[in-house]
Amino acid sequence: MTTTKQPLSHLDWLESEAIYILREVAGQCSNPVLLFSGGKDSLCILRLAEKAFRPGKFPFPLMHIDTGHNYQEVLDFRDQRAAELGERLIVRSVEDSMKRGTVVLKSPDEPRNKHQSVTLLEAIEEFGFDCCIGGARRDEEKARAKERIMSFRDEFGQWDPKNQRPELWNLYNARSHKGENIRAFPISNWTEMDVWQYIERENLGLPSIYFSHKRDIIMRGGAMMPANVPLANGEVINQPKAGEEVINMQVRFRTVGDITCTAPVLSDADNVSKIVIETATTTITERGATRLDDQTSDASMEQRKKEGYF
Amino acid sequence: MTNTTHNDSLLRFMTCGSVDDGKSTLIGRLLYDTKTILADTLTQISNTSKKRGMEAVDLSLLTDGLQAEREQGITIDVAYRYFSTGTRKYIIADAPGHEQYTRNMVTAASTANLAIILIDARRGVLTQTRRHSYLAHLVGIPHIVVAVNKMDLVNYDQAVYDKICADYAAFAAEIGLAAARDIRFIPMSALNGDMLVDRLENMPWYTGETLIEMLEKAPAAHTEQSEAFRFPVQFVCRPHASDDPELHDFRGFMGRIESGEIAVGDAVTVLPNGYQSKVKAIQLGTDQLQSASTEQSVTLLLEDEIDTSRGDMIVKSAEAIEPVKQVEAFVCWLSETPLSTARTYIIRHTTRESKAKVGTISYKVDVNTLEQQATSDLKMNDIARISFKLAQPLMIDSYKNNRATGAFIIIDESTNNTVGAGMIV
Repeated sequence: MTTTKQPLSHLDWLESEAIYILREVAGQCSNPVLLFSGGKDSLCILRLAEKAFRPGKFPFPLMHIDTGHNYQEVLDFRDQRAAELGERLIVRSVEDSMKRGTVVLKSPDEPRNKHQSVTLLEAIEEFGFDCCIGGARRDEEKARAKERIMSFRDEFGQWDPKNQRPELWNLYNARSHKGENIRAFPISNWTEMDVWQYIERENLGLPSIYFSHKRDIIMRGGAMMPANVPLANGEVINQPKAGEEVINMQVRFRTVGDITCTAPVLSDADNVSKIVIETATTTITERGATRLDDQTSDASMEQRKKEGYF
Repeated sequence: MTNTTHNDSLLRFMTCGSVDDGKSTLIGRLLYDTKTILADTLTQISNTSKKRGMEAVDLSLLTDGLQAEREQGITIDVAYRYFSTGTRKYIIADAPGHEQYTRNMVTAASTANLAIILIDARRGVLTQTRRHSYLAHLVGIPHIVVAVNKMDLVNYDQAVYDKICADYAAFAAEIGLAAARDIRFIPMSALNGDMLVDRLENMPWYTGETLIEMLEKAPAAHTEQSEAFRFPVQFVCRPHASDDPELHDFRGFMGRIESGEIAVGDAVTVLPNGYQSKVKAIQLGTDQLQSASTEQSVTLLLEDEIDTSRGDMIVKSAEAIEPVKQVEAFVCWLSETPLSTARTYIIRHTTRESKAKVGTISYKVDVNTLEQQATSDLKMNDIARISFKLAQPLMIDSYKNNRATGAFIIIDESTNNTVGAGMIV
């Protein structure tokens, strides 16, 4: 067997595939949008979009569905990044859906990740988006392992695992009728490790909460919860209840999400190369360590996806 | 064993077999032995194993499917899994193996460069082995590993293994697989992790490579022979930036190199119109490249102002192809709604689409006996040789020569579903 050519490195291959997927969205869809939270996965996608479309503008706006439970530094980072890129950022808020009465909370401080679906669907309708580009990865969760690169959602935003289009070669089918839409996942084939290696190679900036820092923590339901977090609207959430002790710990976040259900991990990793090493040696999965809302049942992610979650 | 380097290669492979052959156990083992399974996942499946009354941890639970699948007791779909050895990243396409899932196998095979075909040592070469091998062959997977599993249940008997290898080799010769593909054999016990990553002491008579050694050495896609340059245009970048004179006339043709190589200065032809020009620049992000090759997503700038849009194909002038308005292909039907010879479909080939109508259906292939049968219809999971008449010209190669420009999908315009997969003869 003679090898005539040097294959691409795995990061180059993944990058090239993601650029290809982004360009397919641009080529096939008439009104796509890129979901951008300021988190590490969506920051990778922004770099990929630069590589896909510069020197032109992105052929889509950026959109964040804000739960209202986000760290201020992540929101600031989000705004700063969009401004640096000179791209349009749309923000739609779960709290607006609450005011409209389309999101009804059972308790005032419950996690709002799942309610993002409602606000997202409202935004899709408002702008007439036919495709939402997201940063989901197949390695995150078993309901994602069978997800398509171009995932079809019906008029109610629902994911029907039995009614997905076969996806062969790199011939992606992003067609949709009015009202339906496609969720496109350019980094489907990336793992958490690939994401960190890409951040390291591309020297991408990240919100500071990804790096090791001192933080007040309370232990709640066996998980570390950040205590007394100020929100953009002036409220302070995760206040200790009677009997809960506040401990100052050295932590970082592996994933950013709703403050009430995203736990940090103990870590001394204060730069990207230390995080790469930590990721290589960790014994807990990303969602296992940090996403309390995925642990409520064996199928909780699958359930949320069926309801329109990305 | 987790990888922290940036410069390793990537291999996509698929596993063919049913649960009974130990396919899930094999995948679970690979993930476990390469330390891809983290503690919380292991705790989770160990709890499930206990709940189901098993003594040892059942690694096949790692690939346990969706709730929707568990409720119906079926596997719906291809699942993708990932692991890394430190020198290579792997993407596994895990397809259910039963006959009614031919379409899933074809889907999984379409992106794979290697297939592991599982055989139960107690049962030998079965109808399903033939089916899996034929499909792997049809979809052009260049490397086949025949894994004779469950050797622990036949006392690690070399004679059993040798007999199965001989049976398989005879069958492979019969269907032309042996001549066209690189076939390797390996005895193993996925349950005990023997010959996957670790070599235990049960089969001293086998001195060949372990499974992971085979995977590590298997050539990556596009590395084994030189290929013609094919660049389907995905998107045209025209910034029209009036404030930046350098960008005012910028016209970048964006796409992924599906095969071959290109360098600045190369003479190119834009198809189907046949315009000729030269490559002025190759860009990847802010990098200016002198040359680029297969699987790289780049932007090409040409010397001349040529009217080019999505769906056109840039080729080297010396390797130009004649656009065609008819194609002959092996088609796997993917939809529950049968093919209609009266209807017009859309064929998507590279980044190009054309309306298409069925010309003739030559025959259908029985995937179990490989017999050709006359047919006038095509149902889900059927494979047939069909010709199509096209409204727009396509720039094709034979699938045998080029898996990117030789493949197409068929789309039903009324539902937008992908209903067929074609491999051009």
